[in-house]
Amino acid sequence: MTPPRGAPNVSRLRLPEVGAARPFRFPAIEKSSLDNGLRVWTVRHPGVPVVAMMLLVRRGSAADPPGKEGLAAIALDMLDEGSGGRSAIEMHEALARVGTRLDSDIGPDATVLSVSALSRFVEPALGIVADMAARPALLESDFLRVRQLRLHRLKQLRDVAGAVADRAFVRLLYGSHPYGHTPLGNERTLSALTVDDVRAFHAETLRPSDATLVAVGECEHDMMRRVAAGAFSGWIGAPARDVAPPADMPVPARVNVVARAGAPQSELRIGHVAASRHTPDYHALLVANAVLGGLFVSRVNLNLREDKGFTYGAFTGFDFRRLPGPFALYGSVDTAATARAVEESLAEIAAIRGPRPPTPAEMSLAVAGLTRGYARNFETAEQVARALMQLALYDLPDDYFAEFVPRVECVTADEVTTVAARHLEPDRLTTLVVGDFERIGGDLAHLGLGEPVLIPLEAFC
Amino acid sequence: MNIPFTKHTLANGLDVLLHEDRDCPIVAVNVWYHVGSKNEQPGRTGFAHLFEHLMFEGSEHHDKGYFPPLQGAGASLNGSTNADRTNYWEVVPSNALELALWMESDRMGFLLPALTDAKFTNQRDVVLNERRQNYENRPYGLAPMAMVAALFPPDHPYHWTTIGDVADLRAAKLDDVRQFFSTYYHPANASLALAGDIDSAEALELVRAYFDDLPPGPRVGPVTPANPTLSSETRLLLEDRVELPRVYVSWLTPPMFADGDADLDLAADMLANGKTSRLYRRLVFEQQIATDVSAAQNSREIAGFLQLAATAAPGHALSELERAMVEEVARLAEEGPTDDELERARVQAETQFAFRLQTVGGFGGKSDQLNAYNTFVGDPAFFDRDLARYQEATRDSLMDRVRRFLNHNRRVALSVVPRGRVDLALAGSAGAVVS
Repeated sequence: MTPPRGAPNVSRLRLPEVGAARPFRFPAIEKSSLDNGLRVWTVRHPGVPVVAMMLLVRRGSAADPPGKEGLAAIALDMLDEGSGGRSAIEMHEALARVGTRLDSDIGPDATVLSVSALSRFVEPALGIVADMAARPALLESDFLRVRQLRLHRLKQLRDVAGAVADRAFVRLLYGSHPYGHTPLGNERTLSALTVDDVRAFHAETLRPSDATLVAVGECEHDMMRRVAAGAFSGWIGAPARDVAPPADMPVPARVNVVARAGAPQSELRIGHVAASRHTPDYHALLVANAVLGGLFVSRVNLNLREDKGFTYGAFTGFDFRRLPGPFALYGSVDTAATARAVEESLAEIAAIRGPRPPTPAEMSLAVAGLTRGYARNFETAEQVARALMQLALYDLPDDYFAEFVPRVECVTADEVTTVAARHLEPDRLTTLVVGDFERIGGDLAHLGLGEPVLIPLEAFC
Repeated sequence: MNIPFTKHTLANGLDVLLHEDRDCPIVAVNVWYHVGSKNEQPGRTGFAHLFEHLMFEGSEHHDKGYFPPLQGAGASLNGSTNADRTNYWEVVPSNALELALWMESDRMGFLLPALTDAKFTNQRDVVLNERRQNYENRPYGLAPMAMVAALFPPDHPYHWTTIGDVADLRAAKLDDVRQFFSTYYHPANASLALAGDIDSAEALELVRAYFDDLPPGPRVGPVTPANPTLSSETRLLLEDRVELPRVYVSWLTPPMFADGDADLDLAADMLANGKTSRLYRRLVFEQQIATDVSAAQNSREIAGFLQLAATAAPGHALSELERAMVEEVARLAEEGPTDDELERARVQAETQFAFRLQTVGGFGGKSDQLNAYNTFVGDPAFFDRDLARYQEATRDSLMDRVRRFLNHNRRVALSVVPRGRVDLALAGSAGAVVS
């Protein structure tokens, strides 16, 4: 080692101390409700003269009726296909004329329409979003075209290893449960949908009574409320109840393979149904996950990537939802290393439940990783708007973000072990591999988890 | 609209750009090295990117992972390599600025003493996995390699993609890395931008404390291959694990910021980006013979190419899609954009540029933009002139550039077809060779 260099007042012998952070404060939320129940939440956000607007309806793909998987997503897709005198193309031209572009997003629990616009265009931009949500044309000719495009998309996804893995994995874990399919649905159910299904879904489920309109940026609450009241007038009603989950959950095989002949990598998912967003262990589980696999520096990535070189990256996560969501380890690993990667992954998950409790260094890194950079999550108007949607979607209190850092900071190593033991069950972990069965099947059979079960694409596509 | 900044050049040649934005208690630290895969040699490809990985494996005075101290301080961080530059950034709470500067300066000045064969071999394996994940195991993932290899001749550095060739990656040696570092990784070939919750004067003092003593390296000259040209249409095909065939059509176009670049960027949007584009309307919405269309003016430092792509709906031939592309290019060249198209393009440019001012860090944030303008134009204040390029485009300028750069058959048409279905490729296509 050469002698440390640098200016006289700096030392390369040790890393500099990190001083006290400037305190972070979540901005005040102004709230009101329109006559139709639509909640209007706004936050003033300094900086650039833009406004991020998002409309949240608390129904997503889990609201797909059995046999109609894919309905919520195609209904969302149909909202921008015209309204009043405007065709789909004309609606998008109108949005482009005010400089904005529509994003629509659907998950298991929620449907979101969002636009961001320069503040001088807030009124026309929101007007178009309201036309979509409240008064979509829902014409059959448009529906047939959109359904065909989605069927083509499903066909193409058969070749995307990650998408195949995601779809097969939720099917394995959840079966016919509302979380047992991704929003796209499958080719069989999508082919059977009609425009009347979409009209019915819009009439019964895409309703305002507990929807939330969030606006963040250079905007006044009263103005937003007034504009929203005009734009969304005539949109009324309450959403239908979510589809109820079945009493029984499937018990999948321990190791499952979707064959992908000649694949240079194996796409990996390992997990089981775990906790909901409402678990009292939420903050401790975030810390446990940060130790295990949530960060670049977590155990799983350090082991599989930085030590073994099996992968470009491997991570874990709890997908917290309104009902218990999946815990999963995910990554894409070299075909030749597949069984060893599964073995190492299972060992890491088992170890965090007690055999290898978090070290003090891991604890401080995990807690710091979740807390010290917390302000980064609220830099842009769009980030703050997404944060507000979390509050609305999961019924969290206004002080949730203010309380986050202190709550995470008081999580202890013992608690991490306790919640990991409570929510991770090694005997129940299901492994799914999308890969070259000829090359990996034999090794997978020797993991002590039983014969790998081959799943045909038709079972979930 | 602009990004206010101050610029200082240290004695060793390091450019330092400082931008204050104190709304959020975070600072973006962003370092650009003016080196990318275009600085590589044939037979030694993939090197600039492999080297980027090694920058995260520790340096002399912190011979451990680069991530832990920074993630432990609440940072997010990453790096990326393209043909022209390699960038590294961390966004830290403002109290951790000094830590970030310590770490960046140590790997700028003291990387080689910490470099070992074990780290090198491990990261080469990681990169080979990155290549499998993002190219080999992804539908249409090898198309970019076939396309640039056909657009640019073998001795032009855009002939290969940044991820590189597998054989070259396997042949890479530790000594090559040392040589690469000495040539390209030093203050005189770098630009450091800080954006966010800083006091510029204090921040400059900290930067000086950590970077002043790093020795400058050799001047890096520009890469100046002969201008690429195409003399006729080249038709290629790739068989891939895909369900639907796709056709890519590309033309050579001007480099980044050169005359015609902005016009062609707008033309790409008008032709095939989003639901308002001409090819979307024609092929996806009306005729329903394509499942998707896309377009991009890929402008780089010393050359560019505009690429259109469309995926055929089942039962439809790629030749139908290619014909539509060529016809729409001709129509844009002959009739020009409508007033409405131009007006939308102007408003969208203004909005997109405003959105770019929202974040201090990360890929494309204000710190990254300052470094981009400084590195490629030599002027960090280029933001408003960059926007003006789009605002000032006219019907005539756009028609003229489309006519000159696109409305001819000196192009490459690449068909990607399902395995065993070479009959679905455009007529006369020759098999492309990619590793």
